[in-house]
Amino acid sequence: MTLLEVAGVSKVFPGVRALDDVSFTLRPGEVHALVGENGAGKSTLIKVLTGVYQPDGGEVRFGGEPVRFATPLDAQRSGISTIYQEVNLVPLMSVAQNLFLGREPRNRFGMVDRSRMEREARAVLANYAVTADVRRPLGTLPLGAQQMVALARAVMVDAQVVIMDEPTSSLEPREVETLFGVIRDLHARGIGIVYVSHRMDELYRICDAVTILRDGHVVHTGRLADLERIRLVSLMLGRQMAGFTAFAGEHDTDDRAGSVLKVSGLTSRNRLRGIDFEVRPGEVVGLGGLLGAGRSETIKAIAGAYPIDGGEIEVDGRPLRRPTTVKAVRAGIAVQPEDRKAEGIVPGLSVRDNIALAVLPRMSRLGLVSDARIDRVVDTYMKRLRIKASGPDQRVGDLSGGNQQKVLLARLLATGPKVLLLDEPTRGIDVGAKAEVQSLIDELAAEGLGVVLVSSDAEELVEGSDRVVVLRDGAVVGVLSGDRVTTEELLATIAAAAPEEDA
Amino acid sequence: MTTARRNTGWLPRYGVYGAIALLLAFNIVFTPNFLTGSNLRIQLIQVAPVVIVALGMALVIGTEGIDLSVGAVMALAAALIPLYLGYGVTGAILVSLLAGVVVGLINGTLVAKVGLQPIVATLALFVGGRGLAVVISEGKLKDVRNEQLIHLGSGDLFGIPVLVWIAALLVLVVAFVIRRTVFGRRLLAVGGNRPAAELAGLPVQRVLITVYVLCAVLASIAGLLSVARIQSSDASSVGLLIELSAITAVVVGGTPLTGGRVRVLGTVAGALLMQLVLATMIKHNLPPSTAEMVQAIIILVAVYAARERKTR
Repeated sequence: MTLLEVAGVSKVFPGVRALDDVSFTLRPGEVHALVGENGAGKSTLIKVLTGVYQPDGGEVRFGGEPVRFATPLDAQRSGISTIYQEVNLVPLMSVAQNLFLGREPRNRFGMVDRSRMEREARAVLANYAVTADVRRPLGTLPLGAQQMVALARAVMVDAQVVIMDEPTSSLEPREVETLFGVIRDLHARGIGIVYVSHRMDELYRICDAVTILRDGHVVHTGRLADLERIRLVSLMLGRQMAGFTAFAGEHDTDDRAGSVLKVSGLTSRNRLRGIDFEVRPGEVVGLGGLLGAGRSETIKAIAGAYPIDGGEIEVDGRPLRRPTTVKAVRAGIAVQPEDRKAEGIVPGLSVRDNIALAVLPRMSRLGLVSDARIDRVVDTYMKRLRIKASGPDQRVGDLSGGNQQKVLLARLLATGPKVLLLDEPTRGIDVGAKAEVQSLIDELAAEGLGVVLVSSDAEELVEGSDRVVVLRDGAVVGVLSGDRVTTEELLATIAAAAPEEDA
Repeated sequence: MTTARRNTGWLPRYGVYGAIALLLAFNIVFTPNFLTGSNLRIQLIQVAPVVIVALGMALVIGTEGIDLSVGAVMALAAALIPLYLGYGVTGAILVSLLAGVVVGLINGTLVAKVGLQPIVATLALFVGGRGLAVVISEGKLKDVRNEQLIHLGSGDLFGIPVLVWIAALLVLVVAFVIRRTVFGRRLLAVGGNRPAAELAGLPVQRVLITVYVLCAVLASIAGLLSVARIQSSDASSVGLLIELSAITAVVVGGTPLTGGRVRVLGTVAGALLMQLVLATMIKHNLPPSTAEMVQAIIILVAVYAARERKTR
């Protein structure tokens, strides 16, 4: 018998086929892992299941009957509850009020029976190891406890299916245990659970079945116990056609030279746990790992844009204490963020202004900008990076993704950096621009820059890097160098079981 | 992939100039004594303080912010003038400008360092600033008889009111700052994409604080000029509701509330348009309430024209 079923569902957005003939089956009492990298279609599938999106083709069946949820509320009433990464309750209302929102117990006079509500809330939350005063505003609880309240609420509404979207991403290890206890309990009561996470160990601990999505397709579905970790990882990341990157291979690095970037013991609560690595001039060091492993956080922390609790960063032998973005840029660090649109380009400004953004003081005298000086720099980089724009005055927002990326790289290079931090430099750009960006990385390394490369594309990471530092759960779990820099080794290191923690 | 094209049509950019031309033409034909020197003079004198405040507002809106405290700053500046006139005009003006700097520092710090939303951060001084101004002036209307100060408000230079000269000069200065200075370019980048500006190593907090200080200083200039013009200081009425007129001028002038762009000339035109609407209604014996309704329609048209087309 199936509880929730998706048959041949497709969903198309302008220019993107987010889901293509996807089928998925959830049985009662099953904990079903849904995995895939960014853009694989997980979120879209969840949104189809919960009525946020309507499928363009195919069918959703619930308890064997075809259904069409017009709104998320519709899906919730039918018994499908969702817990998102971010808690979406009302932070200023009390814990008890949040728990009973819309279903408050009433007394004889039709008023909210506050004492009964609070009594019941206490009883319910005790099962979730939440012992805080239920009269406190929800927002004053730790994030983990808030998540538990959200979970309790989701289950209380007679849910038959609970969808959890990365529920452990903000939980402490102890809270994770509580969550797993709750999941086992739900499992015993025959409630179906869709569990989205990137943490291998968690998946193998609590999930029965797995469905792997890639580029909007189901690439595998079946019992999780029958699937080896390495197989799971390689299915998830996929394999690009071999040798399709424009990287030339090894870079000549001077092994005797000091490191241009040295990171030791980088720690940020819950996210980064003592990360160490070094980059020598002319070297490309890759950061490998799955989504949520701490790659982007590491990059941002080095660039002064992510809070750290401990650890040292040295640029060219000089310590960078209490890094801020301003200090980092001054020290010679240039960062290309993962999300180009949200954190990279300024879409409303021209190509010229975007390139010159970080070096305005150098292009000016007494606070007045010298456009002649800027134009020389802009011209150099537009030619060197072959930026296709109608001219330096064109708005960057109107350029193609690849050209936006090149403008961003030009901005970084104009600062004359010693270290380049590149987070997914070829994501979302066309094949031609991709090859150009890849050879540019080679060129820059050859000129003596230290490059840190993050890429979810295993092939790109392996071919572009001289060494690969593999991260998991915010810690370094392996370093590949020399002949070991291969996709096979990379996948094996990512998939390797985590050593027992705190044992 | 199809890139989302922003609405770069002519309406948000040049609509305000078209509307001014239209209204001018209408008035020249249908309003008696419109094209007289004295009438134009009155219109310009009335619009000058709004223009000055709106310039600062345009800068703040360019950073995706808003400043509700400008009216209160005008009142503060106005209240301080009679107190310090004894030390000479220069001293009194410096003190009232200093009040603007202080308010701007508070606003800017709340927005940039504490991270409050601009509307909330400036609400505090919107309420408290005028209260303080009334306390300073002991709630009394005070006459100002200083010749030099009055000259600023009612004097002429080459046949044009000093007030208008000052406003025009400030327009040029602000336009220059936006176009040619490092600060101006940084301001647009912070407004256009703050996380990107931060990652590029721009001193984002300093830029934001400076913007709020500039806005408050411009407001205090407007405040002391109003005292000079009406030759008295009344903290409870100077600059009342001017924050709304200023925001209107900025929006009608084509500066998007989403930040990243500042239209200085458009802002001036926006203020002129609103003034013209009011003047037209008054000359044709329509009550001010009609003017308000017409202004409301213009605001709606401006916002509608400037909206960004969302794809998807």
